[in-house]
Amino acid sequence: MNVKTLKYILKRILLAIVTVWVVITVTFFVMHAVPGGPFMGEKAISAAAQAALEAKYGLDKPLMQQYFTYLKDVVTRFDFGPSLKQRGRMVIDIIADGMKTSARLGVVAACLAALIGIPLGAVAALRRNRLIDKIIMVLTTAFVSMPSFIMGSLLLVIFAIRLRVLPANGSTAEGLILPIITLALYPMAYITRLTRSSMLDVLGQDYIRTAKAKGVSSAKIIFGHALKNSLIPVITYFGPMLAYIVTGSLVVEQIFAVPGIGRAFVSSITNRDYPMVMGTTIVLAVLIVVMNLVSDILYKVVDPRINLE
Amino acid sequence: MSNKLSMHVNVDDFLPATEEEKRYMVQMRPSSTFFKDGMKRLLRNRVATVSLIIIIIITLSSIFIPMFWPYSYDKMLGVNPGKPVDSSYNNLAPFTYGKTELKQIEAGEQVFPHVFGTDSAGRDYFIRVVYGTRISLAVGFFASIIVLLIGMTVGSIAGYCGGKVDLIIMRIVDIIYSLPDMLMVILLASVLKQTLGPALAGTALEKIGSNIISLFIVFGVLYWVSMSRLIRGQILSLREQEYVLASQAAGAKGSWIIRKHLLPNCISVVIISTALQIPNAIFTESYLSFLGLGVNAPMPSLGSLASDALNGLSSYPFRLVIPALVISLIVLSLNLFGDGLRDAFDPKLRT
Repeated sequence: MNVKTLKYILKRILLAIVTVWVVITVTFFVMHAVPGGPFMGEKAISAAAQAALEAKYGLDKPLMQQYFTYLKDVVTRFDFGPSLKQRGRMVIDIIADGMKTSARLGVVAACLAALIGIPLGAVAALRRNRLIDKIIMVLTTAFVSMPSFIMGSLLLVIFAIRLRVLPANGSTAEGLILPIITLALYPMAYITRLTRSSMLDVLGQDYIRTAKAKGVSSAKIIFGHALKNSLIPVITYFGPMLAYIVTGSLVVEQIFAVPGIGRAFVSSITNRDYPMVMGTTIVLAVLIVVMNLVSDILYKVVDPRINLE
Repeated sequence: MSNKLSMHVNVDDFLPATEEEKRYMVQMRPSSTFFKDGMKRLLRNRVATVSLIIIIIITLSSIFIPMFWPYSYDKMLGVNPGKPVDSSYNNLAPFTYGKTELKQIEAGEQVFPHVFGTDSAGRDYFIRVVYGTRISLAVGFFASIIVLLIGMTVGSIAGYCGGKVDLIIMRIVDIIYSLPDMLMVILLASVLKQTLGPALAGTALEKIGSNIISLFIVFGVLYWVSMSRLIRGQILSLREQEYVLASQAAGAKGSWIIRKHLLPNCISVVIISTALQIPNAIFTESYLSFLGLGVNAPMPSLGSLASDALNGLSSYPFRLVIPALVISLIVLSLNLFGDGLRDAFDPKLRT
């Protein structure tokens, strides 16, 4: 690792910190710009009760003071305050609860996507323009252009309602199968296409020809030279893949009734549970920003030739 | 003559050209322009041509079918003023009829069929799908135009001015670029939905609906960054190209260079990325509609139709399948057409 790489990493970390700060600030001020405040739409409450509620949640203080208090609480203690609708529960506890299910869903989906997508892409590249390549390309094109909520609903209709082989409700372990497949299909198709094109690129390189000319066995060429090098661009997709899985899980958890963080987020939007909306947005945003940071840095470290500026 | 080092002029080299020699100089076919070349390449690409035809058919039918279709997207067929609500119109299967319509058919009258049946409120489903397609396409198109306008303005300012202005704009672009876009979209859409409603009441914009306006605002705020990056990069690199230098050396004026070199090279990139932005916008709109943050009811969009269909999924799965197919078809053909456009007009970008 040279000075240039270190400088790049430092710059990326700084940008990530600024991004997280922007997310917190935007979220805070956007949520406080809603007319009527968070208690509008509640049953008619007296002015005294309203004032008491506002005092309890610190809403009677000047906006800037509220902002700095919030910023300090979030950064130092991950404290997003209490939930307005689920009385007596802290936002961070609800998020942690939902995260357990959602993380399992997301990690399994991501692993599945990589484990199936990379071999499929390699096979497509090695059998270029043959039947199997064409089938893989047609299928992945279809998967890439299908929104996650449509994929989820169609899978629900086919496997849970028509064939009745899998449960439609995602609150059990078995019920997580369909949501995982739904979430995994798009990144899987994307990774397949990415691996295929970078593998084709690598297979055309001089060093592959040299290896062939030396008489290296084709298995050694594929696994020792081609696959290893063609996986470098796939690393860059890890960040966007996590972002996709997070946003995808918002609707997928809705469709399959999975008790995860996505469902909690959507229902907090409809319930106007502002601390919950703010907390979830910030946590998910930090997750995505950090993952992007990690995959960018990894990319640079694995292949120092690449100039990301 | 035989002496190659001789300084004598060979008179034979200066004879007038014969007819045969002149014929070499005749232009065999009219010179082609950049645009014509591109169109030729585009039409030779079969996938892109088929996608273009599909897009044209879907667009035209979403514009013209509502003009002559006898049902409207928000008319509940079972609800007529002065009569009790006729629930036989709710949830009709394709090509079946409600009670009063059956009587009309028995009396020998022609009744226009409900091609896709009706929804749970007794509205003709075919026209709702057509109308939803129209809304989704319109949202995608106008959102892309907004992104294009903002991106082009900011990008060219950054590219032309350079220096500190460029530095500041690019840092802002960097930050917006690394924001998790979908989360911000959901946050802004959910808040704007409530803020804009009262603000728009009574204005001309009210008809469009606060949700669509907030969708446009969200697009305008978040998605211009990649477009402005692209245009800034284009302007910076095009100014330094050798052919611009060559043109200058040959005595070309500034206006000629801009018209013949900078604009054509920039425009193709701009059009291509706008074309690829449209399916993105349609995708986002349907996603937000699915979460209930899209268009205002009773106006349908493809996303809200799919989301409504979830309630009666086990009995009426086709109500989900139809809008799902239309969205996928639109997004797929727009993407394939955009790729074809890129291959045809900007071969340098091909991957």
